[in-house]
Amino acid sequence: MPTIWFCLVAIMIAAYVVLDGFDLGAGILYLAVAKTDDERRAVLASIGPVWDGNEVWLLAGGGTLYFAFPALYAAGFSGFYLPLMMVLWLLILRGIAIEFRNHLHSDVWEPFWDVVFCGASCLLAIFFGTALGNVVRGVPLDSSGYFFLPLWTDFSAGRDAGILDWYTVLIGIGAFLTLAEHGGLWVALKTEGAVETRARSAAARLWWAVVVVVIGITIVSFAVQPHLGASFRERPWGFIFPLLALAGLIAMKSRNALRAFLGSCFYIIGMLSSVVFGVYPYVLPCNTDPALSLTVQNAAAPPYGLAIGLIWFIPGMALAISYFTYTYRSFGGKVRA
Amino acid sequence: MDALTIHRFHFAFTVTFHYLFPQLTMGLAFLIVVLKTIALRTGNEHYNQASRFWGKVLAINFAMGVVTGIPMEFQFGTNWARFSKAAGGVIGQTLAMEGVFSFFLESSFLGAFLFGEKRLGPKAHYVSAVLVFLGSWLSGFFIIATNAWMQYPTGYRLGTNGEILLTSLGRLLANRWLFWQYLHNMTGSVVTASFVMTSIGAFYLLVRSHEAHGRTFLRTGVIAGVISCCLMLFPTGDQQGKNIAYLQPPTLAAMEGLFQTQAGAPLVILGQPDMEKQRLDNPLVVPNALSFLTYQRWKAEVKGLNEFSRDWWPDNIPLLYYSYHIMVGLGTILIAVMLAAVFLLWRGRLYGARPMLWVLMLALPFPYIATTAGWMTAELGRQPWLIYGVFRTLDGTSARVSPGSGLFTLIGFMGMYGLLAILFLFLVHREIEHGPEA
Repeated sequence: MPTIWFCLVAIMIAAYVVLDGFDLGAGILYLAVAKTDDERRAVLASIGPVWDGNEVWLLAGGGTLYFAFPALYAAGFSGFYLPLMMVLWLLILRGIAIEFRNHLHSDVWEPFWDVVFCGASCLLAIFFGTALGNVVRGVPLDSSGYFFLPLWTDFSAGRDAGILDWYTVLIGIGAFLTLAEHGGLWVALKTEGAVETRARSAAARLWWAVVVVVIGITIVSFAVQPHLGASFRERPWGFIFPLLALAGLIAMKSRNALRAFLGSCFYIIGMLSSVVFGVYPYVLPCNTDPALSLTVQNAAAPPYGLAIGLIWFIPGMALAISYFTYTYRSFGGKVRA
Repeated sequence: MDALTIHRFHFAFTVTFHYLFPQLTMGLAFLIVVLKTIALRTGNEHYNQASRFWGKVLAINFAMGVVTGIPMEFQFGTNWARFSKAAGGVIGQTLAMEGVFSFFLESSFLGAFLFGEKRLGPKAHYVSAVLVFLGSWLSGFFIIATNAWMQYPTGYRLGTNGEILLTSLGRLLANRWLFWQYLHNMTGSVVTASFVMTSIGAFYLLVRSHEAHGRTFLRTGVIAGVISCCLMLFPTGDQQGKNIAYLQPPTLAAMEGLFQTQAGAPLVILGQPDMEKQRLDNPLVVPNALSFLTYQRWKAEVKGLNEFSRDWWPDNIPLLYYSYHIMVGLGTILIAVMLAAVFLLWRGRLYGARPMLWVLMLALPFPYIATTAGWMTAELGRQPWLIYGVFRTLDGTSARVSPGSGLFTLIGFMGMYGLLAILFLFLVHREIEHGPEA
């Protein structure tokens, strides 16, 4: 039962990264691909009706994590206290920028929110990548099951590492590039004219950067977290996940905008599921004493809650997916500026 | 400042600021459905224009509620990790249900409601308004379910390591505390929205612009306001008070400033709790009224704080006492204002009664203050427990988060929310200036 919930939480987080990922990515490329006010409105219109719903996956994923793995929720959120609070502030600023930018027409109003939107999107992508890096590397859990990490120490990825070290920063850069690429493909899919052309060429150039960084990340991840290698050796069927990522990466080069965007979705899902598969059964490895790690079993809520949770969760998510399908369908096709 | 104080203030500040917005969202979503129902039935475009105007206000308000709501969900883990670890298996259920059942619904159909009127046609647009209303009221339900469980825990058992195990989801969702607290809270949100609507309507009539809409806002707001204000007192407030009397008797004694057990206990109108001398200074009371309101007998005995051991006393009795009295006092004044307004409306004199319009315009902040004071009563009254009788607030904080880190982020939130407040007022002010015909 805990493993089922582990998969469900992982799916919700992956859905969040894929969905909110493209609007974060659109934010990263925003100033680069959209120069005039009309162009910027077009990019915003391409995410306007959906970004809030995309972000709900983060909330629903967080809530699901809370009741299925309370010990993980408690340890992770308090241990990453400072960066998480900064993520919250960035989410606030970014949400306000998207919602309030078009309320006023002025030479100081829109440019200000444009920079806030782009800056917050860039930083959020890096923060999320860094967070993932921390989970893979492990954190110094104590015997009561908590930790507290300083923002940085000596930037080594060893036992005394802070939240930022060379490895987690590298993952942060990888996430930044991946989401920029993802957003570029989305903007290319949803817009026309100059914005589409610029987004397409940005995505094409970013692709090479993504390939280089992803190769580097893959190699160093196996060195930083030996458990990853062990997982793939013990359960070779797991290679299906990196293969999915590879297939997505290749499909991203497609000339068909929809196919390229879907390729990017599969690439992200493949990468995340590889990590999840590699880290399992840990949910938060300990980098000082592996015995103190949080696992699917020792972090899970008791059986009754998990069992009864499935009864409402499945119909609830079926409903949610039906609203999503409705929203995306009614909002299909290119946006008109 | 110690860690406990900072974490408590951190949550209190962020949740108080947050709830300024959802209360208007929930109440306004209801009133918009009312306006749209009239529009659909009569085919009168005037009411569609009115609901579009309030839709714009709702959009700004909703965005504020969303961005200040995200930190709430995360703060259970960041600042209250030990509480989350112990109780996450229970309250995580209701919080996850809120995400799954209401956030997806709201976020999907708010866009359709705000931007889809032309494309959807009147019927589907009406449905989208109803779904936004439903989503926001469901969201309220799950949050109150969480709070009700912390006020009156049920459907759980204690595990060997002190963890709290859910044993019945049904009892969690059908908690006897939940029913009245939910109705009391939701009626309160309609009170706030009604006063916001009448305030802006009164403003339009006073400055003689958009007068047709001003009259509509007044009419709608006053009728919804008088009904919701009366429901606040009876039965919802009355029953909520009885819940406290039966299930949290030390809280009732502290709210009322009743230090000694008394037969025929008085209802205190004014007075200052003196914690040193254990009495109320300068009391102004209605004799026997508290006994009657609680037990329907004038001479019934009401337990005072002296009956309970000190470690069950709420830790800030004066603040709890004032919060409660501010809530009740303002609630009474708001009822009086709405009764006077509805009388004038009935006599056909409201739109020209400028003193009354002044009162309605200036009443705007008071429902917000009353709901805030009401929530302070609920939350201070629960102290010193996080989960009443089960888990102490002191044991709930994140042990590894230093007071310095907590203060840093508290200051950060204060700065951020100060900025948000200015932006909100500025943007809503612009919508009011433009008016419903824009």
